[in-house]
Amino acid sequence: MTFLFVADLAGAKLPNPILTASGCAGSGKELSQFFPLSEIGAVVTKSIMIKPRSGRATPRMAETPSGMLNSIGLQGPGVDYFLENDIPWLAANGARTIVSIAGETVEDYAVLARRMRNLPGVVGLEVNISCPNVENRGMVFSCHPETARAAIEAVRRNIGGDLPIIAKLSPDVTDIVGIAREVSNAGADGVALINTLLGMVIDTNLMLPKLAQKTGGLSGPAIRPVAVRAVYQVRAALPQLPILGMGGITNGRDAFEFILAGASAVSIGTATFGNPTAVIKVRDELSAILQERGFDSLSDAIGFAHREVQV
Amino acid sequence: MINTRAAQISAELISNKRVGSYHHMVFSVGDIASQAKPGNFVAISVGGESSSMVLRRAFAIYRSTERGVNGGLVELVVAPHGQGSRWLTSLEAHDVVDMVLPLGTHFGIPTEPVRALLVGGGYGSAPLFGLAELLKSRGCRVDMVLGASTAAKIYAPLEGKRSVSSLTLTTDDGTAGIAGQITDVLPKLIEENEIEIVYSCGPMGMLQAITAVTDRYQIMHQCAVEEAMACGIGVCMTCVLPVTGDDGVTRMLRSCIDGPVMDGSRVVWDSKRKIPEGTFGA
Repeated sequence: MTFLFVADLAGAKLPNPILTASGCAGSGKELSQFFPLSEIGAVVTKSIMIKPRSGRATPRMAETPSGMLNSIGLQGPGVDYFLENDIPWLAANGARTIVSIAGETVEDYAVLARRMRNLPGVVGLEVNISCPNVENRGMVFSCHPETARAAIEAVRRNIGGDLPIIAKLSPDVTDIVGIAREVSNAGADGVALINTLLGMVIDTNLMLPKLAQKTGGLSGPAIRPVAVRAVYQVRAALPQLPILGMGGITNGRDAFEFILAGASAVSIGTATFGNPTAVIKVRDELSAILQERGFDSLSDAIGFAHREVQV
Repeated sequence: MINTRAAQISAELISNKRVGSYHHMVFSVGDIASQAKPGNFVAISVGGESSSMVLRRAFAIYRSTERGVNGGLVELVVAPHGQGSRWLTSLEAHDVVDMVLPLGTHFGIPTEPVRALLVGGGYGSAPLFGLAELLKSRGCRVDMVLGASTAAKIYAPLEGKRSVSSLTLTTDDGTAGIAGQITDVLPKLIEENEIEIVYSCGPMGMLQAITAVTDRYQIMHQCAVEEAMACGIGVCMTCVLPVTGDDGVTRMLRSCIDGPVMDGSRVVWDSKRKIPEGTFGA
């Protein structure tokens, strides 16, 4: 029997469940010199905003035990440049693209959603409502049920068609299931779990926060148990809601953990910084592990850790 | 510009020798050695399979040799000052590392012979020796000045000096050469040798100070910048610095893709911990 590795992420049909993570694959071009982008499930773009952004001052990065802090601050050239340059290039290179969008206001999300209609090669929309590197922490949309709902509703009303909407959530909340339920009710077809956790490193030589922005988002293997927990909890409470899992996945075993917890597909972020071909490694290792463990398809393994067992 | 010649390879360590405060490390890299140009760098993953260090470490290429008994080689000069570089310098011959190379921009070589001054701070001298050889082979006169806090931190191997017409050393503590900083001797060297272009590599403060001098003399300054990188391949957006383009607009550029070699007069120096006013998208 042929092993089926195809993934269905909230309606997006992908040849395999391995995606890049937003903000960890440049414009796609940078990684394409190491492997053809068509080889992976999809490329998730950096978060696109309406206007160009310089991002934050440096230092923007600090390595931490099994992880890193970043405060890039969504540096990018803005949606016009993205649509004119990146999208055609990705399509021409055979990539399936999931566009990540980020706004500062609910209206921004509405405007961006309208711009995302009928784009070549685009198979989904990841709505970043959880970037920690914003001016005002109170404006992290996914930290409050009302703002999370408002941003997703704005996208749903304006996207048109059947492009899947995936809401990317922050783990920095007391009840991530409640937020997931809220965005699902607001029209999200799935959730991406998790964005980075807010952290800080103090440089003990300078005796000052290491990052110019003081705080940054923690990523890498250090956060993996938090991410697996979030995926497991949301899957348990909302079994019909598709999940794109991420947080410190470095190899096939890590990805398998997320699939068992309930993710339909996974994103690879920080691991790409350490290894440009990490996505390919994870893809090949996960496929081998699933077959070794006797699964006939990826879908059979999704949420397998939730089964009742007699001890 | 993405360096499209880059590839990810397994590189075998051929030799690892301590030189002063640094380690001179030679890796067998195969045919890709021929693709490396002075100014390019490599990115190495550190700590082995179960490493807790998730980010790549970037090192300027000291020299590349297309072929020898071990095939193509690249040589690096590594200062063991952090956890990752200490791991790297603890490796022994025949150990293998995961290396991506060649990365970044390279030093531009003038089409006509010119009088060039090469300026290196600490192990920042590393990429300058290969550059000196190349410049000399193109008929350029090459003078060099190297500076560091103390004698042990000057990297100036004998074989590297062959292509240089004059070598001046400076140390902060006076343990080698002239007591003082590189910029103290620059005006005299530029005037006496009628220098037309300065190439440099070293700490950012030094590069900024050199730019002040080259701007005054209105001569070109190509510098290899040192910004902390996480990936080396242009995807992490952490190694950015503000650079003013031909259109007069200042943008946050990646030093791994648009650098490390940059036009010193275009870099907006002294921008640590702040985005300069008027930067694109600020």
